[in-house]
Amino acid sequence: MSRITVNEAIAQAIAEEMRRDSSVLMFGEGVATKRGELVAEFGAARVRNTPLAEGIIAGTAAGAAASGLRPIVDLLFAPFLCYAMDEIVNSAGKLRYLSGGQFRFPLVVLVQSGAGWAVGAQHNHNLEAWFVHSPGLKVVMPSSAADFKGLLKAAIRDDNPVLFFMDLALGYQSGEVPASEHLVPLGCAATLREGSDVTLVSYAKTVQHCVAAADTLAEQGISAEIIDLRSLKPLDEAAILASVRKTGRIVVVHEASRLCGVGAEVAAFVAEHAFEALRGPVRRLTGPDTPAPSSWPLEQAFVPQADAIVAAARDLVGTREHA
Amino acid sequence: MHHSEPAPSPLVLLETMMLIRAYEETLIGIAAGGNAPGTCTSVGQEAAAVGVVHALAARDRILTNHRSAGHLLARGAEPGRMIAEVLGKRTGYCKGKSGSLHISAAELGVVLTSTIVGGELSLAPGVALARTMTPRDDGIVATFFGDGAACEGVFHESLNLAVVWKLPILYVCENNEWQAFVHRRETMPMAQVRDWAAAHGLVAESVDGNDAEAVHAAAARLVTRIRATGEPAFLETLTYRTRGHFEPDDQSYVDPAELAAWRARDPIELLANRLRAAGRLDDVHLAQIRAHVRSVIDEAVAFANASPYPEPAELFTDVYA
Repeated sequence: MSRITVNEAIAQAIAEEMRRDSSVLMFGEGVATKRGELVAEFGAARVRNTPLAEGIIAGTAAGAAASGLRPIVDLLFAPFLCYAMDEIVNSAGKLRYLSGGQFRFPLVVLVQSGAGWAVGAQHNHNLEAWFVHSPGLKVVMPSSAADFKGLLKAAIRDDNPVLFFMDLALGYQSGEVPASEHLVPLGCAATLREGSDVTLVSYAKTVQHCVAAADTLAEQGISAEIIDLRSLKPLDEAAILASVRKTGRIVVVHEASRLCGVGAEVAAFVAEHAFEALRGPVRRLTGPDTPAPSSWPLEQAFVPQADAIVAAARDLVGTREHA
Repeated sequence: MHHSEPAPSPLVLLETMMLIRAYEETLIGIAAGGNAPGTCTSVGQEAAAVGVVHALAARDRILTNHRSAGHLLARGAEPGRMIAEVLGKRTGYCKGKSGSLHISAAELGVVLTSTIVGGELSLAPGVALARTMTPRDDGIVATFFGDGAACEGVFHESLNLAVVWKLPILYVCENNEWQAFVHRRETMPMAQVRDWAAAHGLVAESVDGNDAEAVHAAAARLVTRIRATGEPAFLETLTYRTRGHFEPDDQSYVDPAELAAWRARDPIELLANRLRAAGRLDDVHLAQIRAHVRSVIDEAVAFANASPYPEPAELFTDVYA
């Protein structure tokens, strides 16, 4: 194991996969400028700057992927995806199907989002659910350095388009990462802590808020199980079901807004498939249906924090006691 | 070494245009009878398709749009598998999942037909990039779009990237004067798209898009240039959509005088008359060609009609690789 930051984990994953497979290339606004080490090792043809034009960056990735390359594109901030929706959703996500399986689209789209840098709503908008709702795409949003590395390597090797969301607040956080080859399969949640009273389901930075909440809950005699979804599509439905059947209670936590968010899908799925196991209502703690503000206290208020998770879990456990 | 493709006989251009016309008119008829979905036809634009496609080599790639039947047939696509696709049959090029609007055929180098106007423009640079990163590959990419797509932002993004990255793309704008239900004159300050392409730094030419031989000559010249330089080029075929946007369409919004003027310059009649005048075609020969393409299309319809629909389970296949 070695202790590295999330940004270092991302850089390692890209370099290792470019070394392993000469069809992997990377382009985007500032990619060659900011990743000089990649240019030095792999050459200017495989590490490219682009015009500031997200549509053509994503479209070029789709065309290249259909022609045997494995592009990684950096679109910088998630709201910029709006300029690339047609290329990602209508082309990369649909053209394999519309071609009857003649083509495949192995590409990775990197974007950052989330509170923590006071960048405001045109740089911070957690759009991951939009892509979960689009056929043919996969969506990943990790929380730890090891998962950033392992999931990015797996995403680059995947033969399908993968949206790789990077929580802005996590880039400079450190974590233990295996020194040897490290791959994390897409579609597998991680059980970060086992527990018996309540399941906390989350992804990205709010996973850490769940960990802090679980510590507090443990001090109060409540045993919380923590599931880090890591992949939002495919969603690890089996892991969610197994946990909620054990605990009977579930709190879903994410920074993206509530309406039609990932938490809505988790809640509906649990209600459909594990209703008999539920000992209280499914709870969701999410960001509000507002643009993300810049001001620090407002930005922090936007994100579900540990104390709110503790309160929701205590409330649910109390539901049982009074039942 | 850059060999250009041998020039096709004008009789081949003529026969291919007549095949495309017969294909389109047959599908219009089937749809009018309620037995097929409507289509966006290429009637009136056949010369652009056959002129450009015959200037390409087998190793080249084609990206096209919702008016793609001419490009596919000129490339050698089987009319039976195309009609099967339109009818939603399993034997179609895309197993019935495309319909008329997104037919691609990897075996013919026809990739990623897009019905999002401009989608083909966004994908073309990546397809071309893959060629440039393959050693000893001098294949190019031809992408067909219309004046409508030229009004999309991605047109400018695509041309700009192709120039700065030196990508071997032949941009073929079939300027057919119609952008769905809006005439080009309402949406653009000038009559030709060429000036926009030239402003982006591409070698840009316009040609009479109803003259198949002129289109072929211009396309062949630009293809040779692209292969030699690796740089993109732009060809505008000035033509006219002589049927509506999407069948059925009564064209009540079309100026009858304008339509009549363009119908008088029908690309098939134009070439047939020229060949007649040169003594290379007579009525007997023309009737033979007409009968031949009729029989090809009749066989294609029979094949498509006899083909099975996909099994319901096919709904869930080909979503992911």
